[in-house]
Amino acid sequence: MANLIRLSKGYDIKLVGEAAKETISFEAPKTYAIQPPDIKGLTPKLQVEVGSEVKCGTPLFFAKNQPKVMFTSPVSGEVVEIVRGEKRRIMEVRILADSSNTYEQFGQSDPKSLGRNGVKELLLKSGAWTFLRQRPYNSIANSELTPRNIFISGFDSAPLATDLNYALKGRQPHLQAGINALAMLTDGKVFLGLKHKADNSTFDGLHGVEKYYFSGPHPAGNVGVQIHHIAPINKGEVVWTINAQDLATLGKLFTDGIFDPERVIALCGSEVKSAGYAKLRLGACLDTLLKDRISEGNNRIISGNVLMGTACNENGYLGYFDHQVTVIPEGDDPEFLGWLIPTYSRPSISKTFLSYLMPGKKYKVNTSMHGEERAYVVTNEYEKVLPMDLYPVQLLKACMAGDLEAMEALGIYEVVEEDLSLCEFVCTSKMPVQDILSDGLALIEKEG
Amino acid sequence: MKFLRKTLDNLKPNFEKGGKLHFLHSTFDAFETFLFVPGHTTHGKVHVRDGIDLKRTMFTVVVSMLPVLLFGMWNVGYQHYLSMGESSTLMQNFIYGAIQVLPIVVVSYVVGLGIEFAACQIKGHPVNEGFLVTGMLIPLCLPPTIPLWMVALGTAFSVIIGKEVFGGTGMNLLNPALTARVFLFFAYPAYMSGEFMSSGEAVWFMGDRATLADGFTGATSLGRLAEQSQPVYTPWEMFIGTEIGSIGETSVLACLIGAAILIITGIGSWKIMTSVFAGGLIMGTIFNWVGGTTFLDIPAYQHLLMGGFAFGAVYMATDPVSASQTEKGKIIYGLLIGILTVMIRVANPAYPEGMMMAILLMNVLAPLIDYFVIESNKKRRLKRATV
Repeated sequence: MANLIRLSKGYDIKLVGEAAKETISFEAPKTYAIQPPDIKGLTPKLQVEVGSEVKCGTPLFFAKNQPKVMFTSPVSGEVVEIVRGEKRRIMEVRILADSSNTYEQFGQSDPKSLGRNGVKELLLKSGAWTFLRQRPYNSIANSELTPRNIFISGFDSAPLATDLNYALKGRQPHLQAGINALAMLTDGKVFLGLKHKADNSTFDGLHGVEKYYFSGPHPAGNVGVQIHHIAPINKGEVVWTINAQDLATLGKLFTDGIFDPERVIALCGSEVKSAGYAKLRLGACLDTLLKDRISEGNNRIISGNVLMGTACNENGYLGYFDHQVTVIPEGDDPEFLGWLIPTYSRPSISKTFLSYLMPGKKYKVNTSMHGEERAYVVTNEYEKVLPMDLYPVQLLKACMAGDLEAMEALGIYEVVEEDLSLCEFVCTSKMPVQDILSDGLALIEKEG
Repeated sequence: MKFLRKTLDNLKPNFEKGGKLHFLHSTFDAFETFLFVPGHTTHGKVHVRDGIDLKRTMFTVVVSMLPVLLFGMWNVGYQHYLSMGESSTLMQNFIYGAIQVLPIVVVSYVVGLGIEFAACQIKGHPVNEGFLVTGMLIPLCLPPTIPLWMVALGTAFSVIIGKEVFGGTGMNLLNPALTARVFLFFAYPAYMSGEFMSSGEAVWFMGDRATLADGFTGATSLGRLAEQSQPVYTPWEMFIGTEIGSIGETSVLACLIGAAILIITGIGSWKIMTSVFAGGLIMGTIFNWVGGTTFLDIPAYQHLLMGGFAFGAVYMATDPVSASQTEKGKIIYGLLIGILTVMIRVANPAYPEGMMMAILLMNVLAPLIDYFVIESNKKRRLKRATV
């Protein structure tokens, strides 16, 4: 295979509670919410108020720094609440769904005949633009720029991740239309990363993309890692990324003329009684899905996976970029001599636990920190799980010191939070890696 | 356990802000977290954490030192009875050695932890686990006859000047245990490297000149070589460790068992260990090739068996804080330690134990090595951008 990239660094956290490839049937969710904090750097300007009737695809708010970028309703119904947090920051725009399921009609179209500006305009007003994210920084793509390339990852390697090939079965026409649209937005190539030696039947027939195949443990499926190996980002360059499921939504806009942000998500984790797949719209309330499906006790419900997800409660909503819901137990019990004699087995990249001898073992993890924060002592830990040619500890230290020049030279433009999430997992010193990187990225975006 | 948890919970308010014992809060915290891993949970986007923490890491290193410590205890007794010309059983050797060695270990831990707790108390930091390892390394690199007040002084110097002034565990430039040894080495050279002190008392074993059995010289191999005479011990004896020397350094075999523990658990860097040994072999071979004196002619492999070479390579050079932090850097760092050790031994007989000097020198140079390794990464990135 020409475009095969073998990665050896990384780590698969093997967990119990993998989703069976069966569709869960459940009562349709009543409420939906778009949560602006899900989207990096977004300050929303509302277009609706409580009581407004919306259709699927009706603008709810736009981004203050990019007024053309509309965030639209994922469902038809009525805006029932605008939840605000500290300093009146908008946390949620809640919509009560009606049963009519009506759509704003954007009209079927062919990306080629629309041209670059036509495609842009349609994406911007329909809300599909918001699925395009830009690197560096992982913020919503800037519609004034033309990216060097656009990257799509066709598989998710995170713990218990959704099998995208399964989730997108039958949506090839949408995916193809999406790719055709993306091709209009860049002068360069559109790249699709796929898993080597896996069932890629959904993606095999797609054309207009350059396919690369990756083998190796997580984070091989992270688009950031794929970019690094296909065509790394240099200073001054901009590339865009989009999740595969959102690409299908984007494509459906052209084939069917509607904004229909439906995703097939994996409901998984050790505390889910019957893990499986479910069809959910973006922003759907998880209450009906989770009802009677998770075990009793103190659980953490995560929209996303255990390495990159947002904690929420049983009435939480599916996050803007998430296609997975994981439920694991909380781990807030103090553990007697837990550092010496663990009372239950736990995953670790270190070989100091006997379970190292059982490589296939699947773990039931909880949210315990398993220790306290310390200064950096152990070396070559992050490097083992980051298949990129950069020095993560030095980069993070540059972020802590606020040294812009060093951050740039050490490759901060090539990473976003999710790429270093495994580093945070493995850290013996229990450093808040993602927070440090976030601060660094925010600083360089502001100053640089 | 429930009772213990309850007692701790009852005591806790006294140590919290406003409590009468607040000034001891770090101490309380240290004991509490020793007994119970706190029930802290993740709060960011990463919801699960690896099972390992610094306590477990440091504890693994301590476990890896046990073979060296146990052998050291036995050997101290064995050397004593040998020097007296008396026969002894394994148990007798061991008990005699334990009586000599354990007080040194206790003093090292008590003084070191005392200072560490006080420093953390003043700075309001949680007590760090680093000293668990340092506290064991210090006794192992000292002679068995060292006066206890010197152990206390050396430990205090190492914790205060070697570590706390830099900001505590993880911030130090030099290996703390070697800082203690180098301090004592220059402050009290006769107690550290002589064969006999002016009083006639022996340094490497218990006894003095007057009571020695016939044929027992009391000189280490390195000491003999520095005087241009052949070592008394066979390579096999040096490998097993039935020779005189610092408590933990004599047995290469015990060090290798420790190395195996460190490498299998992934806690110690095999790259550093192997490159130190390789560096020693390379330099030893070059000196063999030059030849001329007894020290130059000693087979290269024997350098690896003599003195503290193996101990230094396995336990001292691999300290992740003071070693190179990049993987490429570790190989350069290790090779240079090996090369410098043999060079110092042979070329400067005033300091026959080159290991300590070489490691400390490379500790200082490690950041420079890392600097060049990271610069090359930066250059690669820059080059890519301009192509």
